Amino acid sequence: MKEFLISVLQNEILVYSLMAVLPLIWVIPFALFAVWWERKISAHMQDRLGPMRTGGWHGWSQTIADILKLIQKEDIIPTAADRKLFILAPYVVFVGAYAAYAAIPFSAAYIGSEINIGLFYVISISSLVVIGLLMAGWASNNKWSLFGAMRSAAQIVSYEIPVALALLAVVMVAGTFDLQEINRAQSGWFWNWYVFQKFPLLFIAMVIYFIASLAETNRTPFDIPEAESELVGGYHTEYGGMRFALLFLSEYANMFAVSAIASTLFFGGWNSPFGDFLSGPWWGLFWFLFKGMAFIFLQMWLRWTLPRLRVDQLMYVGWKVLIPFAFVVVIGVGFWVMAVR
Amino acid sequence: MEEVLTRPSAVSGISRALRTEEMVINMGPQHPSTHGVLRLEVVADGEIVVDVVPHMGYLHRCFEKHCEHMTNYQQVIPYADRMDYVAAMSNEFGFVVAMERLLKITVPERVEYIRVIMAEFSRIVSHLIAIGTYGMDIGAFTPFLYCMRDRERVLDIFEQTCGARLLYNYMWVGGLSHDVPPNFAEKVKDFCTYFRPKIKELNDLLSYNKIFIERTANVGVLPAPVAVNYACSGPVLRGSGVKWDLRKNDPYSMYDRLDFEIPVGKGLRGTVGDCWDRYMVRIHEMEQSVNIIEQAVAKLPAGDVQSAIPKRIRPDAGEIYVRTETPKGELGYYIISDGSATPFRIKVKSPCFVNLSALPAISRGAMIADMVAILGSIDIVLGEVDR
Amino acid sequence: MIPQEVFNSLKMRFGDGILEATLDGVPNPFIRVAPRQMKEVALFLRDDEHLLFDVLMCLSGVDYTGGKLGVVYHLHSMTHNHKIVLKADVTVEDPHVASVESVWKTANWHEREAFDLYGIVFDGHSDLRRILLPDDWVGHPLRKDYQVPEFYNGMKVPY
Repeated sequence: MKEFLISVLQNEILVYSLMAVLPLIWVIPFALFAVWWERKISAHMQDRLGPMRTGGWHGWSQTIADILKLIQKEDIIPTAADRKLFILAPYVVFVGAYAAYAAIPFSAAYIGSEINIGLFYVISISSLVVIGLLMAGWASNNKWSLFGAMRSAAQIVSYEIPVALALLAVVMVAGTFDLQEINRAQSGWFWNWYVFQKFPLLFIAMVIYFIASLAETNRTPFDIPEAESELVGGYHTEYGGMRFALLFLSEYANMFAVSAIASTLFFGGWNSPFGDFLSGPWWGLFWFLFKGMAFIFLQMWLRWTLPRLRVDQLMYVGWKVLIPFAFVVVIGVGFWVMAVR
Repeated sequence: MEEVLTRPSAVSGISRALRTEEMVINMGPQHPSTHGVLRLEVVADGEIVVDVVPHMGYLHRCFEKHCEHMTNYQQVIPYADRMDYVAAMSNEFGFVVAMERLLKITVPERVEYIRVIMAEFSRIVSHLIAIGTYGMDIGAFTPFLYCMRDRERVLDIFEQTCGARLLYNYMWVGGLSHDVPPNFAEKVKDFCTYFRPKIKELNDLLSYNKIFIERTANVGVLPAPVAVNYACSGPVLRGSGVKWDLRKNDPYSMYDRLDFEIPVGKGLRGTVGDCWDRYMVRIHEMEQSVNIIEQAVAKLPAGDVQSAIPKRIRPDAGEIYVRTETPKGELGYYIISDGSATPFRIKVKSPCFVNLSALPAISRGAMIADMVAILGSIDIVLGEVDR
Repeated sequence: MIPQEVFNSLKMRFGDGILEATLDGVPNPFIRVAPRQMKEVALFLRDDEHLLFDVLMCLSGVDYTGGKLGVVYHLHSMTHNHKIVLKADVTVEDPHVASVESVWKTANWHEREAFDLYGIVFDGHSDLRRILLPDDWVGHPLRKDYQVPEFYNGMKVPY
């Protein structure tokens, strides 16, 4: 993709800027429709209908209407808030969520930047989100926001470890951090996917990763930072209008990034489950998006089913349940790989 | 919204270099979880609650003062409705039972049966809201909507009977305002067959969910002697293991002719008297209410519901205190009459007021997230707390 | 235990503190108690093994007009299943009653409410302040001779 664009435009800097913006074409419509999707899914699970009118068919343009409304809103910054941090925080959150897309392969032909430490980069850059949340909570000058931000920081930092360990197991099997390589190693029929390799260890790694990623993106049952019934809105209480829209958008961008990693590392990424049938650069894009959306659906399903964990129980699950299991998986996979070699 | 008020921490053993301060946090009066306008001043040491001071009175509507200016005792009924607006039939029931004892009137059998059916429906309705909002406080959003859906069915029955969904003015001193519609019995039976599997669905979704149990078991334990000393009643008292229900222990209306059980908290998932016990008492009470309704509607006698309504209510000078079992607990009416048609004094002992007074005692040492769980398990309605 | 026996036990123990009783012909028999001795009477009623009144069902303030206020206590025993009513009469000039908060904790808020709405002062209460009305409200609304104030904090009250 990069070579093709360079040959057309002849200007490397322009090409790189274009490729940096390209995932936005997916991320922004995705965020809009994911919000609509979430409202429809939650509605049908709760025995009601959800948006029905905006745009005619089942309210498909509801989020677009909401964004238009939010753009028109008065930009309120609390008087006692720290102005610079308050304004900067949503951007930091968005950057942390979006920068991960640089190294995620959307298809065999497209990856923003094929670096050989791809996975390492993705995990580290998405941790920037914590800083943004802390800034948002602190700058709001609101006790409740501060609570939300502190809880969120503790939660995300603690759950980075099971995430890293689970992904380490995959890296040991694949032998590389490069995400495009990992994708290529899973080509063929669906039993080549890593979730079925070294059974059941990588399957457990997938479960650990999925649960820890729920905590990374502040989704129920780990949504203490934005617990509506306790903290009103947590770290985004004081945000309104476009700033709130940006925070919201970043949350969905982060959700997709996390789902994309899960599908890339465990479920074959852009590979077709049927081997060569239905495969190719454009089919690869389709499969990749399809698998990502399946994980998004799973995340939404869990949100509307399970209650919320209290913050100390959340820490308990992270440190005393997920990490020991992750260690066992890593050691098991390590021995297995050594034995096979 | 709040200033940062701090007090030096009372926790001893902390070295002077690490001086911590307690934070005073306000939950409410506007807060998604305080079930109304209630301000909880929480003094917290980090996440641990050191003290809770409830401030109420935001919904005080001078019920007792209004009563002293009425020209007729029947006029009290719409005001009584509005105290516990979630289960309005129970408030009316308490008042009319008290007035009928004061006036020494007996009402027709049909009236008694219908009143019991309505009171048990209002128990179901109140518990559905309690359970739904409790789930929502804990973070499970879906059971709330399932409870609302089931509640709508009951509200439909209420609407067909007396024209109102929420505040009825239905039970009058000496009878009822309207007789039930002709197909009342079938509708009620349909509801009972519809509702029993829904309780099971609620149990599968929420009650035995591991995360829900972790959030509510062993949280907010109220020991039985403390509950009795605080005069707690209703599911709060029964959740602590005390088998006391006015419908059995001090019967009124026709409850002594009905066959039902009193669920009591047994500490199956934690300690006796924790939030999970109180919650499960409410679930089991709903099941028992369905039993009562089925028995009552099967034996509903014929009669005229308005034959015993007195034309003029002028009780002899005297006083009476009568208590009835509402979904929230023991509702007491203390009525003093001076011989005229205007009430001299009507004092309402509201169960939510008394149950809420136990909140500081049971929430010391809990975490802030538990505050929400404990408050939800006490199930208060501010209309009744403040009157 | 029937009300007559309760009265007899109390009279034997407290003599002059127990003023009079109306035990027949009323739905709820009541005993009048001297206001200053309310706490000892309450403690005896709660702890004596034949009486064991462990629940204070209701504590109400009453304005009997003519400058006379009163507090009415409705007691109940869960163990013996009997009830009794106590009454303490005070005047507007000297509205002091001994607090029973240390005997039944539920009295804490009930007494605050009686203080708030009637102005009856409960001696020995740990935290006697208004509960339903704002802390800076003037007057005790449930008294029969209560006049609604014209302004409260600059806001016109009757509208």
